[in-house]
Amino acid sequence: MLEIKNLHARIAEDGTEILRGVDLNVKPGEVAAIMGPNGSGKSTLSYVLAGRDDYEVTEGDILFKGQSVLEMDPAERAAAGIFLAFQYPMEIPGVATMEFLKVAMNAQRKARGEEELKIPELMKRVRTAAEELNMDMGMLKRPLNVGFSGGEKKRAEILQMKLLEPSLCVLDETDSGLDIDALKIVADGVNALRSPDRAIVVITHYQRLLDYIVPDSVHVLYKGRVVKSGEKDLALELEKNGYAGVIGEAA
Amino acid sequence: MNMQLQVRRTAAEETLLASFSERAASLPGDAAAAERRAQAVEVLKNGLPSRKVESWHYTDLRRLLSSVPDFDPSAHAEPRAALLPGSVVLPVVNGIAKLTDVPADISVASITNELADGSFASHLGLADTDDTVGAINSAFVTDGFALDIPAGRVLEQPIELQNLQAGGQVHTRFAVRAGEGAKATIVERQLGDGDALVSSVSHLEVGEGAEILWLIIQEQPDGARHLGQINVKIAKDAKLTLFVMNAGGKLVRQELRVCVEGEGAEFRLRSVNLLAGDTHCDVTMVLDHAAPHTVSTETIRNVVADKAEGAFQGQIRVAREAQKTDAKMACNTLLLSDEGGFSTKPELEIFADDVACGHGATVTDIEPAHLFYLMARGIDEKTARGLLVRAFLAEVIEELEDEAVVEVLEEKLAAWFATHG
Repeated sequence: MLEIKNLHARIAEDGTEILRGVDLNVKPGEVAAIMGPNGSGKSTLSYVLAGRDDYEVTEGDILFKGQSVLEMDPAERAAAGIFLAFQYPMEIPGVATMEFLKVAMNAQRKARGEEELKIPELMKRVRTAAEELNMDMGMLKRPLNVGFSGGEKKRAEILQMKLLEPSLCVLDETDSGLDIDALKIVADGVNALRSPDRAIVVITHYQRLLDYIVPDSVHVLYKGRVVKSGEKDLALELEKNGYAGVIGEAA
Repeated sequence: MNMQLQVRRTAAEETLLASFSERAASLPGDAAAAERRAQAVEVLKNGLPSRKVESWHYTDLRRLLSSVPDFDPSAHAEPRAALLPGSVVLPVVNGIAKLTDVPADISVASITNELADGSFASHLGLADTDDTVGAINSAFVTDGFALDIPAGRVLEQPIELQNLQAGGQVHTRFAVRAGEGAKATIVERQLGDGDALVSSVSHLEVGEGAEILWLIIQEQPDGARHLGQINVKIAKDAKLTLFVMNAGGKLVRQELRVCVEGEGAEFRLRSVNLLAGDTHCDVTMVLDHAAPHTVSTETIRNVVADKAEGAFQGQIRVAREAQKTDAKMACNTLLLSDEGGFSTKPELEIFADDVACGHGATVTDIEPAHLFYLMARGIDEKTARGLLVRAFLAEVIEELEDEAVVEVLEEKLAAWFATHG
């Protein structure tokens, strides 16, 4: 599903290299956790996957379903099936959430050559997904993310993910700012999306989220490279002993 | 005595003066009106203002008004459908008011009649020495409507003052008086098909405790020159929301002269200016806070595409006795093209010592992080940009709260972006 090969990327503005040769394979159906200390390049990796132009890929490749995505803009990547749940979802005044969902869903359908959804069908899907996430429909009448609490924003991200049905979900620090109840709801939402033809990449600093979204593989990112990969036990080991041991081993 | 060296007149100045010589005898009004017209023409003889005149600094009328068309008595147009559903439409077609039925307790008269019976002459003249719009209009005004909304009357139906031009010169006046406690929505529409020179001056008196929503919707065609002005007085505890949308015209000057003169009165200005092509659009506000405990907020949002140029001048004057005035002004511009430009000049003159006044201005491009967020959801760049630009303007429109008004204005936005986006 996702093959990252020797990926190097730097900040476009000042040339600072952040990713220094990331290698990672994620198979369909797999839930991969990417962990690492602050500043290891986790968020950069998520942005580079989504195609944010603040970063330049200088070497290596990202293959999605066997095709390189490097030449695709963020909208094309999204239409191809890549979804990034943001660590800090943008507040966009003046764009009603419902209108945004309609435009996004239909833009992706159009890009894939599918028919646009009619309003009643669209409303039905949104209502069902919102209920599953315990979200109030009134929230969706408000401008996108404006005045949403941290937890509401994260839920809104998962709502979008459910509605857009991507084949690769990248969750960037989805647990940050969530209390335990909200965390459970969000995790249930993600778990409901687990399927044999979908891959999920969970980027997190803490083990906590992985108690609720149990990964198939765990990868430790440090100084822009994957320094250790293992099974879910690796996350527990990191929780117990901290990153120092793993990083020391790799160094 | 001041001796001035006579500067050579421009073609536009010559045409204006020649038009007056030709038309003076046939213009409506009594002797008092004729005298006021003659005084206005004397001012015009000094020439149109150039950028050296401070209040015209960003709109060099002498240079930009390169020509003036002749009057075109044969020009014809049919009144348009109302902007807001269910409105009473009072059309002025190429300078001639077409009287129509209005609710029985609303008094309506044509300005031609008002000028003839002497009740309107005092409205003619200049608001100040730089009032070129007032001078041109006073000299040439032919018609328009004067409206009285009685005290306590709550008008459910909006009233549309439709100034429709079909070419040539058009000079129109509207005067509305809202009695104590009255409530109404009034649409002033400026539109047409010709490459006209239009001057349109409005007067609005908002009586004690009255609540008025006044919308100026200017959608002149690409070749038209539009000089607009509204003069407002807001009495004690009254509320006025003034919404101004400019979405057309080659040369546009819209002046807002507002006096918040009663204690506890509130004024809101919301303006959306859509500039494209080689439009020059200038919104100039002079706002007087003349009484204590008055509140005003001014939000101006502009979108500039192509080679368009725009300006907003916002002058707020707080009189010595106007303590506890609260005034906030913000002018934000999205510049979508490197070739366009927008100038903002805020000016605060505060003579009271216990007030809260603030202003801010920005000129920006679309926020890249917002664009990325929308694109990351599969929305292509063009559509995403369009959504963000419209959102920037929709925020102002949505503050109007009246659903029918918001819907119609958002349709106007969508239509403008469909042709200019």
